[in-house]
Order: sequence, then structure tokens, then C-alpha cells
Amino acid sequence: MIRKNIKYLAILALGLVACEPEFDNPIDEAGTYTSGEADFSNFVALGNSLTAGFADGALYITGQENSYPNILSQQFAFAGGGEFTQPLMADNVGGFSNDPVNFPPRFVLVFDADANPVGPATFTGAAPSTDFTTNLGSSFNNMGVPGAKSYHLAAPGYGNAAGVSAGLANPYYARFASSATSTVIEDAVAQNPTFFSLWIGNNDILSYATSGGVGMDHNVTGEQNPQNYGPNDITNSTTFAGVYSQLINGLTANGAKGVVLNLPSVTSLPFFTTVPYAPLSPLDSSFGPQIPTLNGVYSQLNIAFTFLDVPERSIEFSTTAASAVVIKDESLADITDNLSMILAGTFGSLAPVIAAQFGQVRQATAEDLLVLSSSRVIGQLNADRVAELTMLGLPQEMAAQFSVTGVSLPLEDQYVLIPQEQTAIENARMAFNATISGLAIANGLAFYDVASVLEQASNEGIPINGGAITSTFVSGGGFSLDGVHPTPRANALVTNGVLDAIQATYGSVLPRVDPADYGTVTLSNEVN
Amino acid sequence: MRKLLLLVLLVSVTMITYAGGYRVSVQGQRAIAMGHTGVAVVNSAELVFFNPAGLVYLENELNVSVGASAVFTDVIFQNEELGIFTETDNSVGTPLNIYASYQVNNWMSVGLGVYTPYGSEVTWPTDWAGSQLVNNIDLAAIYIQPVVSFKLSDHFSIGGGPIYVTGSVNFNRNASRTTTDIEGVRSNITIDDSGVSNWGWSIGAMFNPTNNFRLGFSYRSEIILESDGGEAVFANFPNSTGVPANGTTTFNAELPLPAELTVGLSYEYEKWIFALDYNRQYWDVYESLDINFGNGRNSINPRNYKNSSVYRFGVQYEATDKITLRAGYYRDETPVQPGFFAPETPRNDSDGFTGGVSFTVTSKLAIDASFFYLRFEEIDASYDFGTSSTGGTETFGGTYKSSAFAPGLGLTYKL
Repeated sequence: MIRKNIKYLAILALGLVACEPEFDNPIDEAGTYTSGEADFSNFVALGNSLTAGFADGALYITGQENSYPNILSQQFAFAGGGEFTQPLMADNVGGFSNDPVNFPPRFVLVFDADANPVGPATFTGAAPSTDFTTNLGSSFNNMGVPGAKSYHLAAPGYGNAAGVSAGLANPYYARFASSATSTVIEDAVAQNPTFFSLWIGNNDILSYATSGGVGMDHNVTGEQNPQNYGPNDITNSTTFAGVYSQLINGLTANGAKGVVLNLPSVTSLPFFTTVPYAPLSPLDSSFGPQIPTLNGVYSQLNIAFTFLDVPERSIEFSTTAASAVVIKDESLADITDNLSMILAGTFGSLAPVIAAQFGQVRQATAEDLLVLSSSRVIGQLNADRVAELTMLGLPQEMAAQFSVTGVSLPLEDQYVLIPQEQTAIENARMAFNATISGLAIANGLAFYDVASVLEQASNEGIPINGGAITSTFVSGGGFSLDGVHPTPRANALVTNGVLDAIQATYGSVLPRVDPADYGTVTLSNEVN
Repeated sequence: MRKLLLLVLLVSVTMITYAGGYRVSVQGQRAIAMGHTGVAVVNSAELVFFNPAGLVYLENELNVSVGASAVFTDVIFQNEELGIFTETDNSVGTPLNIYASYQVNNWMSVGLGVYTPYGSEVTWPTDWAGSQLVNNIDLAAIYIQPVVSFKLSDHFSIGGGPIYVTGSVNFNRNASRTTTDIEGVRSNITIDDSGVSNWGWSIGAMFNPTNNFRLGFSYRSEIILESDGGEAVFANFPNSTGVPANGTTTFNAELPLPAELTVGLSYEYEKWIFALDYNRQYWDVYESLDINFGNGRNSINPRNYKNSSVYRFGVQYEATDKITLRAGYYRDETPVQPGFFAPETPRNDSDGFTGGVSFTVTSKLAIDASFFYLRFEEIDASYDFGTSSTGGTETFGGTYKSSAFAPGLGLTYKL
């Protein structure tokens, strides 16, 4: 009897095992996903902030975890992909403890007491704890360096921590540079990648754009030596082609395959599309009542403009609709001297001061792009300018009248991208993109046209599960709170596009990700 | 008896879904072995559940049946496009049932039953791909039912009684696919309530045209469990007025335990009994799971179940004086409609295969053993009514497959 029972128990145990459910076509079985002609065992990603996972104006751990190469590596893992290491920051605050002014913490989205969004603000719930002089070692799969331009990847000393404060080196690269004289590309090649991604060149035009075009366009100057470049300049396209080719040659030297991404339009970023050119509402209690006075003063100027044959520079604020801001357009002929003579009748000895302020000025049009940071100054009294004007002899009250930014004090160059600057950016981008796609074809690399995706996001939006991704600031889901860098959700979208490109070139069959599973912006009211 | 009852109430009973919806078919060891038939089988005190009208035809004055099963369930999920493969980590469920009947005189019997016809425990890995719908859920409903049975003639009887239900729920899921605090920890909500009670009733009838042929009917009423002021815990939300505050609040919700109609027959031939049951379960009452929180938030989850049927077949063979063998099969249709397949009750149409044996120890005592294996068909299904973080309607789906295996043991005592 006992023996019999034991037999039954054994049958029961067997039954338990046999009853486990199993799929007809289990995906964890070999053969579902394949790497094709590619070998993902050692994947190294090269690039700038977009590769590093920078978002919300800072680099922080969860942003890095949602970087497009990290998401990509998780998909590569289905077909031979190895471990993917990243030089993770010390916290989810972002910024550097040893330079929190230049590298502040991330932005978070603030809500008011009625649960309505107020806007982005710098997170103050904790202080930055990452020290860029702490070197983590040079062997990381994600070699993305926030802020890097194309030529920086091949610049010796770019990771020298001692050069950071002088602006000669990059603190993000300093964290994992193999030496004070190493280059990013050398450190990448030294890892013997079997597969690489390269997305570089964005900053070669972006820093010019975000600075409102204050830098120089070296496609105009003809300067090809990047050692002579300022931080906000546009890289010469021949220089770009030379560096890009050097990077590709280095990465493919040992037969590695890879994917390259082109450069999306920077002027479609929310950083340039959020602040309207005509933000001055007559309903605004601090602006509306001033309109008659302002128009009275400007009518004097407008007479002078007409007299000087530049009537198109006339400035007038509407009492019924939003008006355009007053901007300085450095492409206009400077009429300060003539203006000064004409205004002498009205303003007497103060005429030269007033004329200097309006020598290259007009109202903005729909063709001008105001940068995101302009929203903090438009309509605000510029105290520095008040002091300046007072020094120059204006009475205090009058000095204040001529110091309201964008209204009576023209918005400076750094806040406005005028059409000529936009053209310079776009021309450079086209030239860079021609280089990228040309070298991709010449080297048989996978090529992802990420530029067209941003275009779709900023036009009709990209449908996803449960909604759409657009490039609308804060609410669109595509861009983080700095208005430039993608959200994790946009990184997921990029990952899928890269996987499409890899599949087309190398025949790799890999699962995609659902962008709806990736977040957008982070809420917090810990902002002091 | 009182002691036993208390014991059952105090024991933390973990229930597992292994039928359509959250209906649990483990209401008696002898019945389980015969495909969970029994509306027309006069066999033991299990009739308290299956058809109280039949109690009055039991031969003995006192009948007691006690049983428990150990239920092993497993659900697997995959999505080939997204490379997701996940498996539940459900604990072993141990549903109990206790039945007793007493023949007061030759035309009336009374009985008492404690059983667990509804429940569900599904535990997915925390933060898995469908965590916005469920991380884990544990539903349990214990039915306590006194019955009375009247013999109107040797051919016809009726029976029935009130049902007292006490239920509990613990349900955790993430706030959305993406909401996290500043450290990236997923925001989630747990609702927990127990001692949620309500009343219902059941009624049965039995007709015996001949000595060896019986027809049965039974109906169990719908009972709505209303949780009022249960505990809801919001955790890991970011520190923002744009989202709910972390901490404990209350919730109100309703969960219907559907009505069930059973008709069936049994035929006795020498040492054999054949039984056929048909169940109709009125799941259409489960339209939506609406949770209203004390902090003013609501969670609306359309379910839109449809009524479903179960077809059961069982056979018993008296092999020797001591040993009785049983076997059965049933086909259980899912009440879940396409587009409403939520991973909290991931059940498709299923086939149940059952068997068992009774060993007569003495003339008064028998040991009943049973097992069943329930095989749910593989299904490509999705839940298309999720709410995205921006208020849109989102979908979650893939391929589901599940199974349940349950060995059980019980005692039958007659006096």
C-alpha cells in the first residue's frame, strides 16, 4: 500500500512538470531573432549628448538608462548582444558638484496648487553629487559625450579634467578618458567594437543656433582649423567631412559594422518654436496700459525711419492684438549717426544715446525665431540697462522707459535667430548630412534618416500607442524640459528607427520597443 | 463543526482562478474527480453546494465532506514584436470546502456549507510590461451557507438557503506605463480590503423519474461585493501637485460575483454512474471595475464580460467494495470578450481533465482523492481600453497561455 502511494506521488510530481504551459512558437527559442550579418557582441556608441542620454538640461542616471544606445543594446541582447556599460552619473539630480553653476541640476516640471502645469524649473531637492575629476576608467560601451562637436571626438586633451575650468576640456569625457591626452575615438577603437553607432555633428550647428547666432559661420569665413573656432561657431563643412571620415575609418578599421544617424533640423526644436515672435498681449496689465505712451515715442522714431528711407523698420504696438517684439537685427544697415541727427530735435543731447539703441532695430516677423531663454527676459525691466542709461545722462524715469526688454529695449542677437542665421544653419546641416549619408553608403553602413522623423514630429506628429509624439514643448512628449534633448519616449522612437535601418542593411531581425512604455518629463515641486 | 468553521474563517485562504473569469471550480473532491458535475448526483454532503434538494435523498442521517486542493497555476505571456516573455509567479492556492447535512426526518434534511466559488490570485513580476494593468491581485470570497431540503415525494425534492459571503481583495498596479518619482521608481497604487460581506441565496430541485435516473436544477444568486472605505495606498509618486499625493486614502469599488444556473442529469447502471451538467454563468453583470479613491481620483476599467457556459461530463465506477474510481472532462468557455483580455484574469476557453479515487476505510469513513488538469488554449489577445498618461486609450496585448493542476484530498464521513 505504501509502495503504491509512493508511485502515485511520483506520478503526481511528473504531472506537475508536464503541466507547465508552453507556447506553440516560444520567442525565447533560438531562431526567433537573428543578428544577420552584424555581430552585436561588443557594441560601442559614439556621439554627443543625444548618445549619452542627456535630457532636461543635465545628465543623470535614469536619463542615461533611457539613452537610445542603451535601449538599443537591450534589443541587441536578443541576438548575441553583450553587456552594455555606461559611465553612469552618481545621482538622478544631474550637474556636477564641483561646478554646479555651469553644470546645474536637471529641470523638472512644476505644478501649481490647482494641479495646472507652471513650467520647467531647476530641481533643488538634492545637490549634485557627481565630481567630474573622479575618473571611472576608459572602457565604456556608451562613449557619448554631452557637448561634443564632430572634431572634439578626435581632439587630444578633450578629457583632461584640469582643462575643464578654462573651457579647454569636457567634464563628461574627463570622467572616463583613458588619459589627459587621449581622444574619444582612440578610446572607442581601443575597445575593439564589433558594432558601433555614430551620431555626431548636431553641436556643430546647434550651439550657434541656441546662442542666437552670436558665433561665426566658418563656411563664410573659410576657416578650417577647429583650434581657431569659438564655442558658438558653425563648423566648416570641409572640416566636418574630414573629421567624420577619420571617425568612420577608425571605427571600421577592424571590420566592425555600424549605424550612422544624420542631423535633424535644429530650428524645429521646441527651443526655437515655443516663444512666439509676437508675444506682447494688450491684455497684459503691465504692457497694455503703456501702449499709447510707447506708440507716442515710437511715432517720433518712425518719422525718422521714413525720412531715412527705412519705413519698414517702423514700430507700432496694437491695442487689439498681440504685437511682435522689438529686436536688434545685425544684418540691417546701421543708421545710428543719421538717426542721431534727426532725433536731436526731439531728444536734444540725449539723441545719440537713443539713436544707438535703435540703429539696427525692427519688429520681429514670423520668420524670426526667438530662443526659449528669451521668455525669461521679454517684457522685463533690464536693470543693467537702466543703470547704463542713467550714467549716460537719462533721467531715471526715462531710463526705465527705454529699458523694457523686447518692448523699448531691443532683444539682443543672442535671443533671436533671424532668417539669415537660419539659412547659415540649414546650409551647414545639408552639407553635413550629405557627408554622413555619402560615407554611410561608401562604407556599407546602416544609415538612419532621423531628420525626417523630427520633421514628422514637428508637423503632424507621430502616432503611438495611446496618443502621439509631437515636438510641442512640455506636452508633446518628444522633447525634454530643455527644449532641445529628446525624452526617453523619443529615444525609444529613435531606437526603432535605428533597428529598421540595421535590419535593412544587415538583415538583423530584432524586436522593437513600444515608445508608450517610455516616459516623457518628470514632475516635481522640489524647486525651492 | 463550529470549531471547524472558525478554523476555515481564520485560515488565510488563497484562491486561484482556474475557470473563466474568477470562478473557481473546486467545490468537492468527489465532484472534481467527475468533471465537477453533481447537480443530479446523490453521493455525499457536497450536495449542499451542487444541489441542496438532493440532500434529502442521502441514505445516512449525518453526512460530512471535508476537502482541500493544492492548486498550481502558471500563466505565460509573450509578445514577439516587442521581445517580451513573462511568467507569473503565483503561490500555491489551497481552497477548502466543508459540507455537512443532517436528516431531521424522512422528509426534511438540513445542511451547512463553507466553500470558495470565486477568487483569483495572479502575481506577475513587479513592473513587468503590463504592470499598468496589474502587478498582482488576490481576490477571495468565502461562501457560508445553511440549507434546508424537502422531499415532496420519492420522485421530487426541493432545497435552498441563504448565502453569507465574506470577501477580501488586494490589488496592486502601476499608475501608468511611465509615471515615476525623481529616482525613476514606478508610481503604484495598492487597494486592500477584507471582511467585505453581503448576502445571497441558492435554490435547487431534483426530479427522479426512475430509481436510477435523476434530473437536477440549481440556481445561485448574484452577489455584489461592495467595498466601502477600503484602504488605498499611493506610493512612489513624484513630489508634485500634478499627481496624487503619496500615502493612504480610501477607496470604494464593487465586484460582482455572478449568478450561476446549473441543470444536469445522472444515470446509474450497475456499478456505474454517468453525469452531465450544464452551467450558465451570468458574467454580463461585470461591466466595469470602477475604483473611486478618497483623494478624488477615479480608475475606470471597462470589462464588458459576457455570459458563458460550461459543459461537464463525469463518470464513476465502483471497482471493488473499497475502491471507487472517477473521471471527467469539461469545457469551460471564457466570459472575456475580444479586446477586453486583461492580465489580471488572463483566462481563455479551457479544457479540464479530471480523475480521482475514493478509498473506503470503514463503513463510516472514506478518503477521497482527486486531481484536475486545466489546459487553457493559447490566445492572441489584448486589452484595448487602458488609459494612457495623457488620457488617450492604449492597448496592451500579446500571446497568453496558462494551465492549472490541482491534486486534492478529502474525507467523507457518514453516520
